[in-house]
Amino acid sequence: MPGWFSADLVIQVSYFVTAVLFIMGLKRMSSPVTARSGILWAGAGMAVATLVTFLYPGMSNYALILPAMLIGGVAAAWSGRRVAMTNMPQMIALYNGMGGGAAAAIAAVELYRGGTEGLASTTLAVAGGIIGAVSFSGSLIAFAKLQGLITRSVRFSGQQMLNLALLAAALVLGGLVIAHANATAAVVTGFFVLALILGVSMTLPIGGADMPVVISLYNALTGLAVAFEGFVLNNAAMIIAGTVVGSAGTLLTQLMAKAMNRSLGNVLFSGFGDTGGAATGTVSGSLKPIEASDVGVMLAFAHKVIVVPGYGMAVAQAQHKIWELCQLLIDRGVQVRFAIHPVAGRMPGHMNVLLAEAGVPYDLISDLDEINAEFETADAALIIGANDVVNPVARTDKSSPIYGMPILNADKAKNVIVIKRGQGAGFSGIENALFYLDNTRMLYGDAQKVAAELIQAVKAVG
Amino acid sequence: MTGIVALYIFMLAAFTGYEVISRVPVILHTPLMSGSNFIHGIVLVGAMVALGSAQTPLEKTIGFIGVLLAAGNAVGGYVVTERMLEMFKASGARARAGADRRSA
Repeated sequence: MPGWFSADLVIQVSYFVTAVLFIMGLKRMSSPVTARSGILWAGAGMAVATLVTFLYPGMSNYALILPAMLIGGVAAAWSGRRVAMTNMPQMIALYNGMGGGAAAAIAAVELYRGGTEGLASTTLAVAGGIIGAVSFSGSLIAFAKLQGLITRSVRFSGQQMLNLALLAAALVLGGLVIAHANATAAVVTGFFVLALILGVSMTLPIGGADMPVVISLYNALTGLAVAFEGFVLNNAAMIIAGTVVGSAGTLLTQLMAKAMNRSLGNVLFSGFGDTGGAATGTVSGSLKPIEASDVGVMLAFAHKVIVVPGYGMAVAQAQHKIWELCQLLIDRGVQVRFAIHPVAGRMPGHMNVLLAEAGVPYDLISDLDEINAEFETADAALIIGANDVVNPVARTDKSSPIYGMPILNADKAKNVIVIKRGQGAGFSGIENALFYLDNTRMLYGDAQKVAAELIQAVKAVG
Repeated sequence: MTGIVALYIFMLAAFTGYEVISRVPVILHTPLMSGSNFIHGIVLVGAMVALGSAQTPLEKTIGFIGVLLAAGNAVGGYVVTERMLEMFKASGARARAGADRRSA
């Protein structure tokens, strides 16, 4: 073997390849055409990095490393395979929290051992430790909330002060650890306990509607924590991958908050989901019901139909039937499009995943900016389980809590058909003026059953 | 790696992450978040090194938890991202797939 060849060289070159694969994979994941291959590239990078790490000089404890990898990996693979697409947001939160916890664990091992060399290294270990621990416990709370394990948003006066005090106390203990390279174990323990409590107390007051933004933020934070621990361990793959995720995640968090018409500060420091008081706006007119058979005829002879799905459709598991209906219409020569509001699912892009699961091709799906001009030329807008996102008061009524939120202009269509379980206000408790318009008809019933009736009705047209 | 070189890497990687996803459409927000979540699963290699050099029972316990969590992050992140992206298909591709099924 030539003299320049060593295990270290193999590791360094492999980590370099991994970094390239990660960045190219992420790039490919940002377009629907190449997204599938993106995750395969990134996965290959991960496999390479993990395998060469076994060559690390001076590694021991294989009897612990292998079982830990096996238990964690198998449990995650099992849960990831069987989770329903509707529950995807909380699963992402859970896996993200695990990453944050792992970064904090690396920091803990290094700090308890006093193994960090130099001021910069110790500082970064402490910084990565607190960020990772907050991301860990915060993500677990986010998971519990979306999973329905925690149903209340705990809020009390002075909560922000308490969080600030917790942060300050954790930083003081972190400072002590940095100042004395061989700080006592008790100080290190106190530091991590405070950081974990901070993550819990920061996340508890945040309402379910804002949770996607928070999960995305914790995702970015975990990336940053991983990068910091990468500095401590002198590991270039961790530095690059962690930093890339940290900055990409920050941008993604901003994009999500913007799509939901919320600012990050708003999400973190004010309670939404409370939806400021009762809606006062009165709506004039009456709800005009319609039969499925009439709607079937209307759709069958339309030129252009725009479907507006909401989370109610996913809850009723109606997306497969709706797509079956749309395929019938497409075969008849009707132009069918799906219009997705950014908050249609439980996080931006979630509804697209649910439609994709039902088999809807992504080129039939348009987001708000693309589709809004097209409602005027549509013969029918079919609203299924969506409510606030098509409420025209968001454009007109300054007193409404949803005033200013961008909405889908379904009211501009020639006919509006609203499929709804029954009468009643939406998620936010606001009356929907759209339902009372002259060109709106209400089709009551369970979305899945109604879709089946519509399929029969369209087939009956022949 | 000297501190200043590490700082350069940090700066360049941060710009790279920002640029790479700056034009992502809303329809991919959920899978992309999941995909970036998978990528920070690289923390697994750090956790392996930390446990690999752990000596006291305390270090070994924390290191064990770290590797377990990191493996969960990497594997779980991959599985759910792959499941989501696998479903994204264009009309053309679907029509071809349908034709293949019918002719088979």
